[in-house]
Parts: sequence; C-alpha cells; structure tokens
Amino acid sequence: MKRTNELIVGLAMVAVITVITWGVFAVGDNMPAGVTPFSRDVYQLHMIVLGIVTVIGILVFAAMFTSIYLHRKSRGAEAAKFTHSTRAEIIWTVIPILILVAMAIPATRVLIDMEDTSGAEMNIKVTGYQWLWQYEYLEDDISFYSALDRDSNAARQINSGISPREVDNYLLEVDKRMVVPTDTRIRILLTSGDVIHSWWVPDLGWKRDAIPGMVNEAWTLIEEPGVYRGQCAELCGKDHGFMPVVVEAVSPEDYRAWVAEQTGGEQTAAVEQPMAEMDREALMTHGEDVYQAHCAACHREDGSGMQPAFPALAGNAVVTGELAQHIDVVVNGRPGTAMAAFGQRLEARDIAAALTYTRNAFGNETGDLVQPADVASRVETRMDESLVSAAARSAD
Amino acid sequence: MTDTTAHIDDHHAQPKGLARWIFTTNHKEIGTLYLVFSLAMFIVGGAMAMIIRAELFQPGLQLVNPEFFNQMTTMHALVMIFGAVMPAFVGLANWMVPLMVGAPDMALPRMNNWSFWILPFAFLILLSTLFMPSGAPASGWTLYPPLSLQGGNSFAFVIFAIHLMGISSIMGAINIIATILNMRAPGMTLLRMPLFVWTWLITAFLLIAVMPVLAGAVTMLLTDRFFDTSFFNAAGGGDPVMYQHIFWFFGHPEVYIMILPAFGIISEIIPTFSRKRLFGYTSMVYATASIAFLSFIVWAHHMFTVGMPLGGSLFFMYATMVIAVPTGIKIFNWVSTMWRGSMTFETPMLFAIAFVILFTIGGLSGVMLAIVPADFQYHDTYFVVAHFHYVLVTGAVFAIMAGAYYWLPKWTGYMYDERLGKIHFWWSTISVNVLFFPQHYLGLAGMPRRIPDYSVQFAEFNLISSIGGFAFGLAQLLFVWIVIKCVRGGQKATAGVWEGSRGLEWTVPSPAPLHTFDTPPQVDDTVTAHKDQLA
Repeated sequence: MKRTNELIVGLAMVAVITVITWGVFAVGDNMPAGVTPFSRDVYQLHMIVLGIVTVIGILVFAAMFTSIYLHRKSRGAEAAKFTHSTRAEIIWTVIPILILVAMAIPATRVLIDMEDTSGAEMNIKVTGYQWLWQYEYLEDDISFYSALDRDSNAARQINSGISPREVDNYLLEVDKRMVVPTDTRIRILLTSGDVIHSWWVPDLGWKRDAIPGMVNEAWTLIEEPGVYRGQCAELCGKDHGFMPVVVEAVSPEDYRAWVAEQTGGEQTAAVEQPMAEMDREALMTHGEDVYQAHCAACHREDGSGMQPAFPALAGNAVVTGELAQHIDVVVNGRPGTAMAAFGQRLEARDIAAALTYTRNAFGNETGDLVQPADVASRVETRMDESLVSAAARSAD
Repeated sequence: MTDTTAHIDDHHAQPKGLARWIFTTNHKEIGTLYLVFSLAMFIVGGAMAMIIRAELFQPGLQLVNPEFFNQMTTMHALVMIFGAVMPAFVGLANWMVPLMVGAPDMALPRMNNWSFWILPFAFLILLSTLFMPSGAPASGWTLYPPLSLQGGNSFAFVIFAIHLMGISSIMGAINIIATILNMRAPGMTLLRMPLFVWTWLITAFLLIAVMPVLAGAVTMLLTDRFFDTSFFNAAGGGDPVMYQHIFWFFGHPEVYIMILPAFGIISEIIPTFSRKRLFGYTSMVYATASIAFLSFIVWAHHMFTVGMPLGGSLFFMYATMVIAVPTGIKIFNWVSTMWRGSMTFETPMLFAIAFVILFTIGGLSGVMLAIVPADFQYHDTYFVVAHFHYVLVTGAVFAIMAGAYYWLPKWTGYMYDERLGKIHFWWSTISVNVLFFPQHYLGLAGMPRRIPDYSVQFAEFNLISSIGGFAFGLAQLLFVWIVIKCVRGGQKATAGVWEGSRGLEWTVPSPAPLHTFDTPPQVDDTVTAHKDQLA
C-alpha cells in the first residue's frame, strides 16, 4: 500500500513539475541557433545538455516532493530507520557517470571542430581598444575602426532625455560595420591594444577574448546573409557596455564590390599623401571626427572630462602648453592610467588633426596648427632617444 | 585556558560593555561578533546590489554613471564574498564546532580574537576607497590586469584590505583545524563527527591552501601597478593570462569554501526535521573530500574563452563534469534522508528544502557551463550571473539563513517568531526566483554581464529581475528584525529545542552558557546525530 501510494504520488509530481518546467521554458528566451555550422552544433549541444539536466531535475524534485507530501508528521508518518543502501549508492554513482560520458562525447567532437582553424579563405584581424574595435582585412588590405553609432551614443548619456526605445538597435549599432562574405571560411585573429576585451556575436556561436600581447584565433563560416549583432563580453572599463560588434554578411559578389569601394574612390587621395600639410579647416574638421571617435568617450564631447580619472581638456595645462609634451602624451599614453598610446593605433595625420582640434576647441585658443610631420618627427625623436639609451645600457 | 578545569570562571572579572567584545577570547562571543559583522556586510553588499538593480530597472542610464556602476558590481562581490558569506560560516563554526565536538572552546582563543578583529579594519579600508578621489575598484572582483592596473592610488588600499582578509581567514582556518583535530571529547571519533564539523575541517584546509595564492596574485598586481614590475604586462615580457590562472587556482576552491560548510548545515537540519538519521553519512564525508580535491584541478573552466590548447580545454571540461558525481551523491543522500521520514516544516527545514532544490538548479546549470563549446556562448553573460547566484544566494546564503534559524534558540535561549520566519521564507524564496531565474533567459538571449545599460530587447526580463531584487532586499530587513526580536525575548527554548535534534550541542542548556564542556562529555553512537553501519 505504502509503495503504491509513493508511486502514484511520484508520477503525479513528475507530471506537475514537467508542466511547470515546460511553462518556465516557454515564457523565456533561448540561445539563438545562429547562422554558422558551429553555432548550430553549439545550439544542439546546448539543447541536449539542457534536456538531460531538465530530466534529472524533474526526477529529483519529484522524489523530493513525493516525500514532502507523504512522509510528513502531520499525516502520521513514522520515521523509518534505514541509514544507507550500498546498492542505491552504487546506482546513483554509476548512472551519473554514464550520463556525463554521453554528454562529453558530442562536446568533445564539436570542440575539436571549433579548434581547427586551418583552411581559411580569408583572415581578419580584430583588435580591441577601449572602447571600439579595429578590423584589418589581411588579404584585402582594409583597415578601419568600428565604434558605437552616434544615435546610441547620444541616447546612452546619463539622463540624456532620449528614449532608448526610439533609437534603432540601441547599443547594438556601430558607425562602420564589419562586412564579410557568406559561405567563406574566415579566420579571425583577435588581440588587444590595451586591456582584455572579448569579441562576441551570439549568431556566430562563440566568443573569444582579445588579449594584449597575445593573438587568439577562431573561425567562422556564415551561411545566411544578414546583420548579426553582439557586444564586448569581457569587462574592459567604464564603456564596456558600449562597444558593440556588428557583422554584416553579404554575398561574395557584394563583398567584392564593398572591397572595391573601400580601396578606391576619394579616400585614397588623402592616404596617398599621408604626410601632406593640411590647412586649418581640414585639420579642424578631420580632428573633430577623430576626437569624437577616439577621445570623447573619456574626455567628453565638449572636452569637460570626467573627474578624477579623465581630466578635462578645456583649459588643460598639457593641451594649452608646450606642443612637444602634448604630442608625447597622446602618442605614448600615460602608463598606469586609461590614457592609451595612440601612436600605435592612429596615423600621424589623425593625431595631428586631433591635436589641432583639442588645442583650438573648448575655449583652448592656442592657434597652433599641428601637421603630420610634427607628430612623426616627435615619434622619431623619441625612438632615437630610446635607441640611444638602450645602446648606452648595453654598453654598460 | 589551562586552568579552566581547576577554577570556576565566574569569579574572573568580566570586562563590561565594549571592552568585553574587544578583548573576548570566548568562542561563543567571537562567533556572535562574526555573525553580527557578517549581517552588517550583507546589508552593505545588498545595498550595492539594489543600486545595480535600480540602474538596470530600465534601459538607458538614469541613476549612476558607468564608472560608479562598475565600482558597485566589484564592491558588491568583494563585500558579499569576503564580508558576508565567509565570516558567516566562520561565525557558525566558532559557535557550533566546539559545542558539536564537546570542546570547552576553540584551540587558539587569542588568535581567534585577532582573526575576527582584523576584519572590521579590512572592510573599513576597502569601503573607504569609495570615498577616495580615484574611487573604489571597478575592474570586477577578479581584478584582471591590465584593467585593474588602470585604477588610481586607491588600488593599494584594496590590495591591503584583501591581504588582511586573507590573514584573517588563514588564522580562522588554522584555529578550526586545531580545534577539530585536538579538542574532540572522548569517544568523538572522526567518523562520529557531525557533518558540519567535517565540511568545515575540509574547508579549512582549502582556505590554508588557496588564500596565500590570492595574496601572491594581488601582491604581483601591487608591484606591477606601483613598482614597475611586469608580471602581467605583455609589453614588459609578462602575461596577463598568467594572472587569471593564478587567480582561479585560488578562485575555484574559494567557490567550494563558500558551499561546503553550507552542505554541512543542511546535513544537520534535514535529519532533525525528518526525525531520521542522515542517509549515507560516510559517503557524504567522502563526497565532500572528493569535491575539495577536484576543486584544485578545474580552475581553467573559468577561462575557456581565453584560449588554451585543445588538450587543456578537454581536461578541464572532463574534470569539471566529474564534480557533478559527488555533488549528485549529496543531493540524493539528502532526498533519501527525507524519504520515509516524519517531516515537519519549521523555518530552518523550509530553507533547507529550498536550498536542496535551488542549489540543484544552480548545479545543473553548472554542468551546462562545463561543456566547453556551449560555454563559448554562456561565458560572461547573465546565464553565468544566474548560475552563481543560484549556488551562492539560494545555496550559501539560504544555508546560512537555515542555520541561523536552526541555532538561534540555542544562542539566545528564545524561540524566534515562527510566523514571521515563515513569512520571511516564502517572501525570500519567491522573490529570489523572480530575481535570478529570468537572468538565465537574458544570458541565453545575449546580454553580457557587468554592463550598466542594455539593448531594449532585454528590457522586460531586466524589469522583472529588478522587481524581484527589490522584494528580496526588503525581505532581508524582515530577517534582521526577526533576529533582533529573538535576541530580546520570546518563548523560552528548551535544551533540545527541536523534537528530532541529536548531537552534543543540544545537550547543553539554551541559551548555551558562556562556558560549556569544561568537563568533556563521553560520546557514543546514542548522542551523535549520525549513525552509519559503515562507520
């Protein structure tokens, strides 16, 4: 009688808990299956493991609630005396081991596939910076930065008065997307110029850390054209939440057209003569663009900074002071702070423009025009100095 | 301590007021200090969580700037881990271990005093960084370089505070080991020890093994930041990934430091309210020891996305999955203890049952996280946040709550208000699931952790989660009131307190007098809470 009761109540509990679990799964979101062979493998693996642990959970909880319902003092239950059962304990050691082996086999297979980055048809180097991404197409010789787009950036300021709901793809849109061809095996090389970031697009099925001094690799093969959005997944400082990743997959033909557009046209004119002198207007216009993309996250659009970590540039002693020192700080950064060494990531003309802009904006009226050559000569001087000091050290 | 058996302690002049608490070497008083301190830090860390959930209540930034948000997530973790959970377990150990093994006090009472009194200073230093010009640490509790090295001078205070916490923990651990190994009453053989004592013995060894590792890691951060070394600076020949390996060699055993004593508490409570001895006592002891051993060889499962050789990933995946076996054994044993018992459902039992269910959910999502390819998606998302809050809040914190209700009558001599206790339980259990369960969905849908603002597609579940968070926070104020009310009075508690209680701690009067077991009790199977044919 007792055993029959336990069985009936147990089955009822399984039914009730299954229904509740089904409801819990139905109202929530699930992992996207994605658009690459790997992402679909991961999705399947996720569903298999989720299914297994759900069944285990339902059985354990059903046993527990059966006991809670039947074996309570208020129902007159008398406590049994048993304190162990070797047979039961062997069963519930061996069965979980078998289940784990069953999960480990497909997991191992998928992982081996993921780790094999050979046979790539193209290579893209992704470099994380605080707080934007740089994409370098190694074969096609294209390089650009990709940062949070202006609409999201305006809306995400504290108490901006702009509703995030009115911004398209709030926080998940960039000023320049990473365009890639579909049906192409792409190797992605990841590194960082400052702190650790993590490049993640859920629809591609993986994230991988971008680490300074290290190059990580992973691969993808996108099967469906579309725009796939993700974010930096490793805490990288104050604007960690504001460095999205947007991948636009287009057909190989459209991709070739995009490549032609990037490498041809008017942009080349400037790049052909990177060290050419620029007039005040050109410097200020280009400088504002560079400033807004690379500097404004910390020093603010109006140069007011964020005390104490990010000094104001308006009226700043370095910005309004001697030019050589200003160039040094921007080119080499300030170690131990978030001020990066921009000499490693920007061209001399970009730095020159940004310097000109900051020295003549926000009420800083130095009137200085900084030319690419000024920046380059300062970089070379510093290198000479360090070579000399290195030579002196080795001579000792 | 040497002459306590020769003298009656009452005629020693007891310092009164504050001096009594500053100079006390009594394990019960120090236990109380630890528990009160832990409760205070639980409120402080909880307040930080409220700020986090308030900012995440809706998309857009409304209340705090991103920098301060990062300080809140970092400090919330440091305060909860080192200030709330760990001191609570040490407090419970101080109170209960001597009572459970029949010892008159802890083995090293003066060191006991010292290890507690370091803590308020450590946290004063840590919390003071919130008011410094360069602010509190904002690089996550893991303090990964190079990001953590971008902090200002307040970073030195953070590291000094962590050193102090480590020293305190190590001394506490030495004391617990010395007490358990040297001061058991005659007849209290190792396999007659209550499971709470066993789990703490193993936890103490974990602490001694890993706290120095943390101290080493943060000291290298200190010299990298202030003395131009390059342990973790790639440009100087160092390796930022090395920090992560060292940190998680500490960090993973740390996870078990925060859950093994919880296993012990639950293993005390379930037999009491099932009126049946613990099922599979010996296998529980071995399972605990296995988990502790495995905790040393799984650290890199926190680092699958960092990039490591295939063989490394596979090893750490398999080793992590193996932990499910001893953990499963524990859960099956608890269910079997309840099976065909004669259960009643006072507040400690309710919290213990909720622990078993909700910790199991956290454990099952842990199995999912072990699967490397799937972890490439889960890692650093709210799925992970949900997972570790299920094991730490509904795991560790619920076990501490259960233990507090279970032993409060022994500590105060009064029964707590059972009606309020049940309200606290149901309110907490419902709200904590509203708080953390939707975070699974958020993570799977693609929301990274540690972000102050999010895309509007995540708005609904964040809203629900925040509502759950506020409700859960409020419920804990009720807990504070229940404790205060119980200290001030109520129905008198008997020595046994609970109908089904067994064990030495229930043989002394309630409240437990300042000095107990001056004459060691004789222990046999009739007084122990556990009896196992194998033992």
